[in-house]
Amino acid sequence: MKRYVVKRIAQYVPVMFGVTLIAFLLINVAGGDPVRTMLGTEASEEQVQMIREDLGLDQPLYVRYFDWLGDVLSGDLGTSIMYGQPVSDLIVQTLPVTFWLAGGALLVSIFIGIPAGIVSATRRNTKFDSGATIAAYSGIAIPNFFLGILLILVFAEYLRVLPASGFVSPLADPIQGIRHLILPWIALGTAQAAIVMRYMRSSLLEVMDQQYVEVARSKGLVPALIQNKHSIMNALIPTVTIIGINLGYLLGGSIVIEEIFALPGFGRLALNGVLNRDFLILQGVLLVTAFLFTTVNFVVDILYTYLDPRIRYE
Amino acid sequence: MSHDRNVETARIETERDQSNPPQQLLDISDLSVTFPSQEGPVEAVTDVSLSIEPGETVGLVGESGSGKSVTAATILGLLEESARIDGSVEFDDQQLLTKTDDELREIRGDRISMIFQETGSSLNPVLTVGDQISETIRTHRSIPNEGISRLETSVLGNLLRSKSHPTNYERSWEQTVELFERVGIPAPEQRALEYPHEYSGGMKQRAMIAMAISCRPDLLIADEPTTALDVTIEAQILDLIDEVQAEFDTAVLFITHDMGVVNEICDRVAVMYAGRVVERAPTDELFAHPKHPYTQALLDSIPSLEGGQTLDPLAGQVPDPTDKPPGCPFGPRCPSATACCDARFPPEYPVTTADEPLPVREGGDDDVPSPRRNDPTGHAVHCVLYGSGDGLAPRRSPSDEDRQNADRGRPETDGGEP
Repeated sequence: MKRYVVKRIAQYVPVMFGVTLIAFLLINVAGGDPVRTMLGTEASEEQVQMIREDLGLDQPLYVRYFDWLGDVLSGDLGTSIMYGQPVSDLIVQTLPVTFWLAGGALLVSIFIGIPAGIVSATRRNTKFDSGATIAAYSGIAIPNFFLGILLILVFAEYLRVLPASGFVSPLADPIQGIRHLILPWIALGTAQAAIVMRYMRSSLLEVMDQQYVEVARSKGLVPALIQNKHSIMNALIPTVTIIGINLGYLLGGSIVIEEIFALPGFGRLALNGVLNRDFLILQGVLLVTAFLFTTVNFVVDILYTYLDPRIRYE
Repeated sequence: MSHDRNVETARIETERDQSNPPQQLLDISDLSVTFPSQEGPVEAVTDVSLSIEPGETVGLVGESGSGKSVTAATILGLLEESARIDGSVEFDDQQLLTKTDDELREIRGDRISMIFQETGSSLNPVLTVGDQISETIRTHRSIPNEGISRLETSVLGNLLRSKSHPTNYERSWEQTVELFERVGIPAPEQRALEYPHEYSGGMKQRAMIAMAISCRPDLLIADEPTTALDVTIEAQILDLIDEVQAEFDTAVLFITHDMGVVNEICDRVAVMYAGRVVERAPTDELFAHPKHPYTQALLDSIPSLEGGQTLDPLAGQVPDPTDKPPGCPFGPRCPSATACCDARFPPEYPVTTADEPLPVREGGDDDVPSPRRNDPTGHAVHCVLYGSGDGLAPRRSPSDEDRQNADRGRPETDGGEP
């Protein structure tokens, strides 16, 4: 177990190193001169040169990389040209919004997807199964922006029971906070729930076909024990993988959903960075996204060891 | 069709004549199992009759696809719901085929248990081996508060239960460790806490045997328990089955395709081919005087240590289950087949020893010789070569000559054609 964790950490470090390298190079090979963007077209050649030296842009690439890496490790991601604020501050402000959004959408996907998958598999080819399958494919097929707009129309416009946009931290005001998040959660979580449901269904069907399940039946165990103890645990192993990948994407920020519901989240920050050619924001967003993605996968890998003893002893 | 009915009546009458039939633990009669498939219904098992007395070992032999495993799964009610089952399976005078799943659960694992072929996939990879055995004990031998707990059946049961098992597991756990010791698993206390992937194939099968005998069943169904093991381990496992059988006085239905294993462990044998029992006999009798051409071919395919003989593999293949011949399914491969073999499946004929005259049947208005069950030797065969009358089959005592004849082709005294 310890060896497994150490091994996974050992894999984690080079991945993160690679990510910083790519984030750094990507910005440098991207077209456009940030200094000219800053100074505008009126600036003289001397002014440009002065600013370049001032910012260290005249140094060779590897020197700039290690300078930059040092800054990044000490939490300094630079100052946004557009906002005039440190990028790290911007990320700290927007990330909690995305965490709330992603976390809720994940719970929606788990609490709908897994039970629906289980019931679908255990009542294979029944009305419930066909209904859930149709619902799942609709959930995957309907774009989440469309679903979001539809939800706003129904619940905010006609029924007027939930707010259409904005963010209130649930920590500051739990009721208002959650009311603002319900629609985004559903809009974002539905497709995820559908994916989780399909995965759970097929992996549970596969497990129920295994001989150890027949052995469990031949031992005279009660159906609840066969299902919960012998089948679901095994079926969860591949499902947890897909949930982890889903969470990685969710944490990267759902640009579309954040735009529709006017949530000041990480996805919107990324979008503004792109629209305004604010490279430092993009760099920060890229780093944080990669960090979150690898961390989530790391956690999923650790979670595996609780589900599958074969990994524990590798 | 009329003669079929007559045969049936005759058989039932002869059965009634038996004033004191031996007490059967398991009595399968005329069992047929049909599965729906895209190419139409597939009859996996046809009119199989088989009985097992308490404490006895009966071998069920045949190639893969001959319906052995389906027969076994039918006994425990483990077949998929779409299967159509006809006939009767009586266990301890209870009809199993009409029982509900709830009723069968009382019997499964407790009075009838089963060992499967694939040791690798018989144990759940995410549960400790000890847990998988002790849960059977908890299910069937539960004293209040010591059975399966609600926690255990809940979805989170696995995660919440730590390796140090709470009190209500302890008793079943102690018994599990004892069982491990009994089946020869070294360091049983530690081994019980390990997972299946830490076991070798032989150890897994020992654990499966421990699981199967955990509630001291009356009947143990062993479905090719040694097929996946190498020869030395196979011998150990066979010895172990033999030992526990003697110790617990358990009857064993031993399913295999290996005649060598049959010879070693079984009291009686039924040979299956393409879903039908074609011959049944006490083991010694079957090996000394195999009658059905298929049995003879099976025995010929056993390699012997004495040189000079060449192996005689059986040519041809088992018939396509969706398109079985109407007559004897072995007909197409049989060296002694005659035209009447293709007409329909022959009834069961008793086999008597060479010096004992065949019984003379009265009022022979039938074109088929009278079958007889429960004959003294218990040797019977479904083959027209051994029919006893009315010009259809040769009226003679089948002897070892037949076997040689069967090997070479048609017997000289062939009267099988009408």
